[in-house]
Amino acid sequence: MLVIAVDTATPAVTAGVVNVEEMLVLAECVTVDAKAHGELLTPHILTALKEADRTFADIAAIVCGIGPGPFTGLRAGMATAAALGQALGKPVYPVCTLDAIAAENVADSPLLVASDARRKEIYWATYDATGRRVTNPAVDKPADVVERIPSLSVERVAGNGATLYDLGLPHTGQEYPNPLGIAMVARDDVLAGAKPRPFVPLYLRRPDATEPGARKRVTTR
Amino acid sequence: MTIVLGIESSCDETGIGIVRIESDGALTLLADEVASSVDQHARFGGVVPEVASRAHLEALVPSVTRAFEAAALELSDVDAIAVTCGPGLAGALLVGVSAAKAYAAALNVPLYGANHLPGHVAADTLEHGPLPSPCLALLVSGGHTQLLRVDDLATKITEVGSTIDDAAGEAYDKVARILGLPYPGGPPIDKAARRGNPDAIRFPRGLTGPRDAKYDFSFSGLKTAVARWVEAREGQEIPVDDVAASFQEAVADVLTAKAVRAATELGIDTMVVSGGVAANSRLSTLAAARCAEAGITLRVPRPRLCTDNGAMIAALGAHLVKAQVRPSSLDLSANPGLPVGTVTV
Ligand SMILES: [Zn+2]
Repeated sequence: MLVIAVDTATPAVTAGVVNVEEMLVLAECVTVDAKAHGELLTPHILTALKEADRTFADIAAIVCGIGPGPFTGLRAGMATAAALGQALGKPVYPVCTLDAIAAENVADSPLLVASDARRKEIYWATYDATGRRVTNPAVDKPADVVERIPSLSVERVAGNGATLYDLGLPHTGQEYPNPLGIAMVARDDVLAGAKPRPFVPLYLRRPDATEPGARKRVTTR
Repeated sequence: MTIVLGIESSCDETGIGIVRIESDGALTLLADEVASSVDQHARFGGVVPEVASRAHLEALVPSVTRAFEAAALELSDVDAIAVTCGPGLAGALLVGVSAAKAYAAALNVPLYGANHLPGHVAADTLEHGPLPSPCLALLVSGGHTQLLRVDDLATKITEVGSTIDDAAGEAYDKVARILGLPYPGGPPIDKAARRGNPDAIRFPRGLTGPRDAKYDFSFSGLKTAVARWVEAREGQEIPVDDVAASFQEAVADVLTAKAVRAATELGIDTMVVSGGVAANSRLSTLAAARCAEAGITLRVPRPRLCTDNGAMIAALGAHLVKAQVRPSSLDLSANPGLPVGTVTV
């Protein structure tokens, strides 16, 4: 069973074709360019399909990162995945982007995944030694997360948020989600043909918008 | 017969249109679904880009589903796709462009990254048939105020004039706020104006001096003049209907005077008025009177086709298909500042 796995919640524009029975990546195409999500994602999907020597007809499902991630790029991936699924008549499975990074970093110790949220904040979540998520995705200042690390009892970090800010823990080396990790998170649902959960972004922040106060006068009193 | 899907997401309307090119080349509108986020912007007094972008992502796929249900077609029936790739709000455009690229790739059909502005002109061909060449288009909405010379909808569009500051619709929103009327300002001002006296106050007509750019527009001074007039009467009861009528008269006067002058001087005998403000009662009445006087044929699409929608982009796409214009590449990206002369990228 093949899935197209995509994610645009980080500066990486990520697409791949993954066999979810064997958890085997047939092909992937990734570019790190935070400004090119809209431009590159569909070409990346086509490149990965071509390299995998497959067509859309071979695809059983789409799996897509739903963030958290800086908004504009995130929507490029989600709009692409949603439209692909609709046009192909295939299910679209949402995957938390931080979970996708964690899935590839399961080791014997608990993990913190942190990605850049811009505005001097990070998106983060924690995972136990089996890779199970312990705290839900949140957005905070790095210093506030560092302060909580002793009580979170995590021992390692992954994600570009931990590259950008020193969180005082050893880094696993992985900065962005890969097609393998994205597919791993959705694997059981895809294989079971489960009904996908609602495909909605994890924004974690409200839109920047302020209600106008009193209108400014143009004449002086 | 060719089926063209049109996708529009440049501002606060998610529009999905489906147009069929008949064997004789005529265009038939099969579906026109619009999901608007205007209510979510009302309390902010203007379109909030992030709010609009979120709404587009939410509305896009369901709107496509509804459009194909309305047309009794399947996505697999689509032969070509057109999507607004500019001008507009960057984050909003990105949603439509990303989805359109995925549809085009999955269905293996050509994709046209299309310009929103000629789309407004193309909307009229859905209602009134082919346009003569050349014609003059006056586009008036919350986002644009432009005079375009249209020699060929698919290939040759030239800007004759545009606003140098606020769009006409923006002036309506700002004046509505001054008068304590709700957002968006067009409908409540139009309603109040019908009760008021348009000659009560003589508000300035922007850029109408002898040395001013004769085909350009300016509405910032008008808005300030209304604010001054109202502020000077602080503590008194403001004759809202008269202010609205006088403001609306100034807008309609300057728009129609300049458009008719441009058509006359450029030797163009057909004018299309489109965009959200085209539905304004005074603008349409005055445009009809002045065009008739100058011997110009006036074409105004029905209000539903004047505002932002996917039908107009599907119509423009149909013209691009008919003209055998080269489709866009799938590395197409949104261009918020796309120049008006670039019909497709
Ligand atoms: Zn428009």
